[in-house]
Amino acid sequence: MEKDLLLSVNNLKVYFHGEETISKAVDGVSYEVAKGEIVSLVGESGCGKTVSALSLLGLVPCPPGKIEDGEILFRGKNLLNFSEQQMQKVRGREISMVFQEPMTSLNPVFTIGDQIQEVILNHEKVVKKNALKRTITLLKDVGIPSPEDRVNDYPHLLSGGQRQRVMIAMALACGPDLVIADEPTTALDVTVQAQILQLFRELQQKRNMAVLLITHNLGVVAEIAERIYVMYAGIIVETGTVKQVFKDPFHPYTMGLLAALPGHSKKGKPLYSIPGNVPDSAYKPDGCPFNPRCPYVQDECKIKFPDMVDFKAGHQARCPITYRLWENQELPKNRHFGFENVKRAGQA
Amino acid sequence: MKDPEKTILTPDGGVLEAPKRSMFYMFWRLFRKNRTAVAGMLIFFVFFVVAVAGVLLTTGSEPVLDPSMVRLQEKLRPPFSKPLYENLRPDEIPRLGIYILGTDELGRDVFARMLQGAWVSLTVGFVAVGISVIIGVILGGWAGYYGSNKITAGHVLGIFLIVLGTVWLFTDQMVSGIVLLLIGIFLTGFIGKINKQSGKKNSGKGFLLFPVLSIDGVITGLIDIMLCFPSFFLILTVVALLPSSIYNIMIIIGLTSWMGAARFVRAEFLTLREMDFITASRALGVSDGRIIFLHMIPNAIAPVLVSATIGIASAILTEAGLSFLGFGVPPPYATWGNILSNGKNFLFDAPWLTFVPGIAILIVVLAFNLFGEGLRDALNPKLRERL
Repeated sequence: MEKDLLLSVNNLKVYFHGEETISKAVDGVSYEVAKGEIVSLVGESGCGKTVSALSLLGLVPCPPGKIEDGEILFRGKNLLNFSEQQMQKVRGREISMVFQEPMTSLNPVFTIGDQIQEVILNHEKVVKKNALKRTITLLKDVGIPSPEDRVNDYPHLLSGGQRQRVMIAMALACGPDLVIADEPTTALDVTVQAQILQLFRELQQKRNMAVLLITHNLGVVAEIAERIYVMYAGIIVETGTVKQVFKDPFHPYTMGLLAALPGHSKKGKPLYSIPGNVPDSAYKPDGCPFNPRCPYVQDECKIKFPDMVDFKAGHQARCPITYRLWENQELPKNRHFGFENVKRAGQA
Repeated sequence: MKDPEKTILTPDGGVLEAPKRSMFYMFWRLFRKNRTAVAGMLIFFVFFVVAVAGVLLTTGSEPVLDPSMVRLQEKLRPPFSKPLYENLRPDEIPRLGIYILGTDELGRDVFARMLQGAWVSLTVGFVAVGISVIIGVILGGWAGYYGSNKITAGHVLGIFLIVLGTVWLFTDQMVSGIVLLLIGIFLTGFIGKINKQSGKKNSGKGFLLFPVLSIDGVITGLIDIMLCFPSFFLILTVVALLPSSIYNIMIIIGLTSWMGAARFVRAEFLTLREMDFITASRALGVSDGRIIFLHMIPNAIAPVLVSATIGIASAILTEAGLSFLGFGVPPPYATWGNILSNGKNFLFDAPWLTFVPGIAILIVVLAFNLFGEGLRDALNPKLRERL
């Protein structure tokens, strides 16, 4: 990375201690976000995306969950060593978060203006009048019409898309350097989705903030992200720029994900799906966690946990088998799925 | 200021506005449909006004209506009877010129006594319920929000030492009491600090950190224990031991009726704690205190409000029952309970002495219950479709 790093997560492990089992939700994840960059964390439900994001803010529910290992360096400082008071200053002001469900993420008993002002007043010493002014500007920035009236509205008076805009305004209220967007468009319909993504991109460019976008929608990733981390069962299996990964997926899981997009199936044929199920995070298979579902599986996959392999500059995948095939140029060409197709699938 | 591009015009040229409905308006619209609840609310307001007017009219050195003015020559006069002026000294003549609710066996004006008693009922109801709601919200909120936190052996030991120290302090062993108290406070206060560095295992203090109970377990246990007591008899016992004063009664009723509120708040907090907007506000750096007081309590207060309204009714009943049994407010001061209790001796000669306070209690308690149920129906969104 030639750009200066904002966040780097190294070998983060978050385990949830059950009665008898330990579920390894995040099992050694490393990723980096540079200043002003949109990075996407992709994976299916339950693969540990949200938990790894919550751990950045120290919000992993603590009796069952525990951060076992690793470090989270934000501007060179390890957030895991911060006290609760120090973390409260980081939350909202330096790192903030937009949640998945706009319908339930706003408090129903307060007006949206109060809720945005609360964030501002909480972090900065400003007079209430100025906080209100800033709230109105923020609402205008996120595209809420006639914000002077809307500040006094309760959440139930707004639509889902408008609420998500309010959530974004709340997250941006103190000008954070990093915004974690946890599936910000999942609960919205496609037209609103496109508007929200557009808004994210505009705001990101205007304010030069970094965005960590967590999603399971590859279309969204293609639309907006620069770099991508593919997660599977608590580990990162592939990383690279969006173009690299979508054009030349090297990990069999990524290949499967891309093949499962509707754009790639022929008309009348059933959609492709990866056989099998995601392993229970408490009983992961030995070796590579993807081995029971992998078409490229070899004996060594069932014994040895694979390391990240450099395929190209900035493009790594956790699969020695495909690396060998790729070196010998035996990797099939039909795993190549057009970047443009994926993008179209996301917009559809 | 409107953004001209964003406004929508209706066919007849007006500006289409989003409907402005506050939460209160929506609530009121639902509440209004429930006629009995509205009646209950109106009676509640009338009762409130009467009680406040009563305390203004019956206190002071020269009250307008003197509830303790004894006119033996005018005893047991029925309601709406005119005073016999020839028997009365000028200062004994009632101001209204009529005994609206009659007089009792000592010739005291029942109307004035009822007014005085209304204030007692009102304050008993509100203060007792206020105490029970405060205790209930604090304990229930604590159990619901911090419930999964563990109380360690160190805490238990510390609290034990504090209790022991306090007991010793008030008996003869002053010095050792103070020492124990200090050790106990130190232990309970600093266990948390040791807990923070739980990564490093220090075997010497290990046993102090051994988790014994959860806070939730202790508080729900306490609620269950309190619910097991037949509370009226508990109140009777305590009242028999303490000097009978209206404040003691309020406090005792409050201390024995907080369990309902605590359960409601605990249940609400358990669900609210997992809500997205709580996580969202934590992710934006809002502190625990602000989350509890600004975000959770306003959301959890609706069922508590409902149970409080009904609680006021039962507190009034409890006070009337205590006064009826002679354990309540001491005699010269009138309450509805002791008017009723006196009246039962003259049930056939002067039935108004029992009927007036009895019907007053009935109406007020019924009104509070109806009001409370109306509140519950209007505040509970699940019941909204039925209304």
